[in-house]
Amino acid sequence: MATMTYAEAGKQALAEEMRRDPLVWAVGEDLGRGGVFGQYKGLVEEFGPLRISDAPISEAAILGASVGAAMTGTRPVVEMRFADFALCAVDELINQAAKARFMFGGQTKVPLVVREPMGMWRSSAAQHSQSLEGWYTHIPGLVVVCPATPADNKGLLKTAIRSDDPVVYFEHKNMWALEGEVPDEDVTIPFGVARTAREGRDLTIVSWSATVHAATEAAGTLAGEGIEAEVIDLRTLWPWDRDAVFASVARTGRLLVAHEAVQVGGFGAEVAATVAEHCFKALRAPVRRLGSPRVPIAYAPPLEDLLRVTPDKIAEAARALVAA
Amino acid sequence: MPATQVPRNLDVDRLLSHHRLMWRIRAFEEAALQANTEKLVLGAIHPSIGQEAIAVGVCGNLNRDDILSSTHRGHGHTLAKGADARAMMRELLGREGGTSHGKGGSMHIADFAVGMLGANGVVAANIHITAGAAHAIKLRGENRVACSIFGDGAINRGPFLEGLNWAKVFDLPALFVCEDNGFASTTRTAAMTGGPGPAARAESLGVPAVEVDGNDVLAVDEAAREAVAAIRAGGGPRFIVAKTYRLTGHTAADAAPYRPQDEVTEAWKREPIARLAQALADAGVKGEVLAGHERDAREEMDAVYADAKAAPWPPLSRGFEDVQDAGDPREGAF
Repeated sequence: MATMTYAEAGKQALAEEMRRDPLVWAVGEDLGRGGVFGQYKGLVEEFGPLRISDAPISEAAILGASVGAAMTGTRPVVEMRFADFALCAVDELINQAAKARFMFGGQTKVPLVVREPMGMWRSSAAQHSQSLEGWYTHIPGLVVVCPATPADNKGLLKTAIRSDDPVVYFEHKNMWALEGEVPDEDVTIPFGVARTAREGRDLTIVSWSATVHAATEAAGTLAGEGIEAEVIDLRTLWPWDRDAVFASVARTGRLLVAHEAVQVGGFGAEVAATVAEHCFKALRAPVRRLGSPRVPIAYAPPLEDLLRVTPDKIAEAARALVAA
Repeated sequence: MPATQVPRNLDVDRLLSHHRLMWRIRAFEEAALQANTEKLVLGAIHPSIGQEAIAVGVCGNLNRDDILSSTHRGHGHTLAKGADARAMMRELLGREGGTSHGKGGSMHIADFAVGMLGANGVVAANIHITAGAAHAIKLRGENRVACSIFGDGAINRGPFLEGLNWAKVFDLPALFVCEDNGFASTTRTAAMTGGPGPAARAESLGVPAVEVDGNDVLAVDEAAREAVAAIRAGGGPRFIVAKTYRLTGHTAADAAPYRPQDEVTEAWKREPIARLAQALADAGVKGEVLAGHERDAREEMDAVYADAKAAPWPPLSRGFEDVQDAGDPREGAF
């Protein structure tokens, strides 16, 4: 075990996979200078500019060329810089990467990792702050990953790079500097296996990405009030660990889903509906969701804060659920 | 009829092979149009009748392990790259034994075994895919070429700029071929295109471009030969504009009333198969040999069509295969 940041853990995962497999390469804007968040720092010195490749500001080409390169026997790791910018490459991801394997009857696979830094960070306003992970769960063919810890960022990125599916990999920008214990050895974390961040008997809080930490903080507050919340970090949204959520709800009888993304049409709705369909008899209260209001993210901090799913808001919703 | 230039050192055997293949493409598409009329080819079908010289001239310079990507109008390119006509026709009819088990159809015809990375339903999307395939070839240190054939409509989409620039800045072994048939769907491309056109746009990105008569298979063959040789020698990407005319509508369902009949009648006089036949006749090839190519092609494609008609639908389990490794594609299904 070593202590490192979320950003360093991702870098270590990529470096290990590039050493293991010469067909793994990374491409994106500014990677030669370490990437816009420093998450590639030092890699070009080890692997050279062919495998840690700069790119023109051509998001569609970055993604589209990577689809062609993936279909021609390499394993590209694509840096999109901001999840928001990946919207310039929607055709390449949705119509090409996600569909090629099926549409061509299994003649090809598209082993591609699309890294999309997400979420609110340093007052970045409407076009650099979004959480769009729910969108991609709607698209057959894609895997959607949202690591919440340094250890998971290493283990899940390694799994993503080894996956033959196109993986949309959301790293939360507010966690780059988050420190945690990370295994030294070659550890991968399978898709579709949730992590119980905290155990509890009174309600289940399902979350992912940075909101897991808000949920865990809320659970600490609630414990002081005699409410024991179980916090489940889904880690991956497709596939997602229904069994872990069902088992927890069977014990607690209450479900709160909390995420940073807009609540309307968010992945919380999928979790809530699935639990309502499968665990109705276990539920002792209506399922509750917490997400952002359906408003673009503002620049001014007080306006941005209006949209945040905070530990206080999570605790308040949890109290109401337990009292219901 | 404009004479096809017959060089003194005419390679008759090569041109006979081209003539045979152009007839196979023509006959395949005529059979496919018949199948469309009989409601056995469903959805949209985009014929390339009149554009066969480009498919044949370009692909004649590609090896089996070279890469090709195509557009929605891709039957000819796919056949020319070496795909099996029988599996292709089964694909067009959505049958088991199709190149993609009936899951792609005409618009997504592909045969990865011969390096054909798919026709694409999104205009210009294949430009990026080819740039990426060329990128992979470079990363792997291989001596292969990746080629993209797209229409003139594609030059007004972003991937034309982004993909050609990509191939140039990374110095990739990529051949881009614009099959300029004058129409972007049902609109004249010239009416919707600023500036002097595709070759100038490519040149502005530093990609050497040539313009050829796309109905002259000799001219296309020669341009492609030079371009591919330059690419294989490490010269980076090349661009060919092949001027042609789409003799049918955009799709089989499009009667193309937006253009005068005499324009189409004139264009038929320049169609590439008859022009090549004339050149071969001038070079002393007997008419019965040339007629034999047409007859053989029609017999082959009639048999291919009969085979496809008799082929079963894919088993329903195919509908859940090859979605992805992770997760259960049946989750949430009924």
